[in-house]
Amino acid sequence: MKHVAILQFPGTNCDLDTKYAFEKLGCSTTIVWHKEEKLPQETDLLVIAGGFSYGDYLRSGAIAKFSPIMKDVLTFADKGGEVLGICNGFQILTEVGLLPGALKRNIGLHFISKFQTLKVVNNSNSFLQKCEKDELLNIPIAHADGNYYIDEEGYNELEANQQILLQYSNEKAETVIVNGSVNSIAGICNKNKNVFGLMPHPERALETILGSDDGIKMLEGLIA
Amino acid sequence: MTAIVNIFLKEGVLDPQGKAIHHALDAMNFEGVQDVRMGKQIVLKLTSTNRDEAIKEVTQMAEEILANTVIEDYKIELL
Repeated sequence: MKHVAILQFPGTNCDLDTKYAFEKLGCSTTIVWHKEEKLPQETDLLVIAGGFSYGDYLRSGAIAKFSPIMKDVLTFADKGGEVLGICNGFQILTEVGLLPGALKRNIGLHFISKFQTLKVVNNSNSFLQKCEKDELLNIPIAHADGNYYIDEEGYNELEANQQILLQYSNEKAETVIVNGSVNSIAGICNKNKNVFGLMPHPERALETILGSDDGIKMLEGLIA
Repeated sequence: MTAIVNIFLKEGVLDPQGKAIHHALDAMNFEGVQDVRMGKQIVLKLTSTNRDEAIKEVTQMAEEILANTVIEDYKIELL
C-alpha cells in the first residue's frame, strides 16, 4: 500500500479532500502540519494540497516556503521522491524553486471556479501515464492566481523536455485563454519528472455524480 | 532607519491589475494615461543605523522573500 503525505499550512483547505481521494484509491495517508520537521519515513508521495496558505499574504505561496517542513520537502524531492502540488501547492512549488516560472493574478482579475476542459500535452511521466496524449479531461479549477508565467528561454526548455503536462482547452481540443497563462499552461513538471504542479483540482473529480471522475486516472498514475 | 521597498512586475510581464486600472481610468474619461503599472510598497523600520548594512540586509530580504524575482523587480529606498 502506498503512503501519501499531505502538507497542511494555516489556510490550506483541500487537505481533507486530498486525503479522501487517496484513501478512496487505496492508499494510507498522513496529514503533516507545516511545523513538523520530518515527513513520515514511509512517504511514497508527497502532496501539497490546495487552499490559501498564510491567506495568500505577500504572494500566493510565498510565506509557506519558510515553514519548517519545507526543508525536508526539498530533501525528499532532491532524492527523487514524487511531489504533487495542486493549486496553492503549485504556487508554493514555484516559490521554492522546485518548479520553474511563477503564477500571477488571473488576466481578468476574477477568482474563477468552474469545471474546465484540459488537454493532456505529455504523458511520458508518472502523473499522466494513465492518460492518452491529447486526451481531454474535465476537472474543476478554483483560483485567482493561476496565470502561469515563464520567460521564452524557460518556455523553450519546458517544451523541449516534455515538461508541459496540461493546457486549458475547449471540447474541440483547441487551447483557450482561461487565466492568461503562457500558451494556456495548466500544469507542468520539473526536468527530472518527479515534481508536478497544476492549478486544476483532480481530487475534486472522483465521482460522476459530482460532475466528473476524470481525476481518478490522474491521481492513479502517481500511486501505480 | 526606515527602508521602503517598492515591488513591481518586470517590464514585459503583463500586469493584469494595472491594465484593469487603466481601463477604469479610460472609462472615467481621464485622457492621456499611457500605461498603468500596479505594485506594492513594504515599509520596514530597522534598528540599523548604518546605511550600507541596511541596504545589504534589505536586498537580501527582497531577494529571498519580499519579491519573486522571476516576475518582479524591486527598488529600495532608505529614509
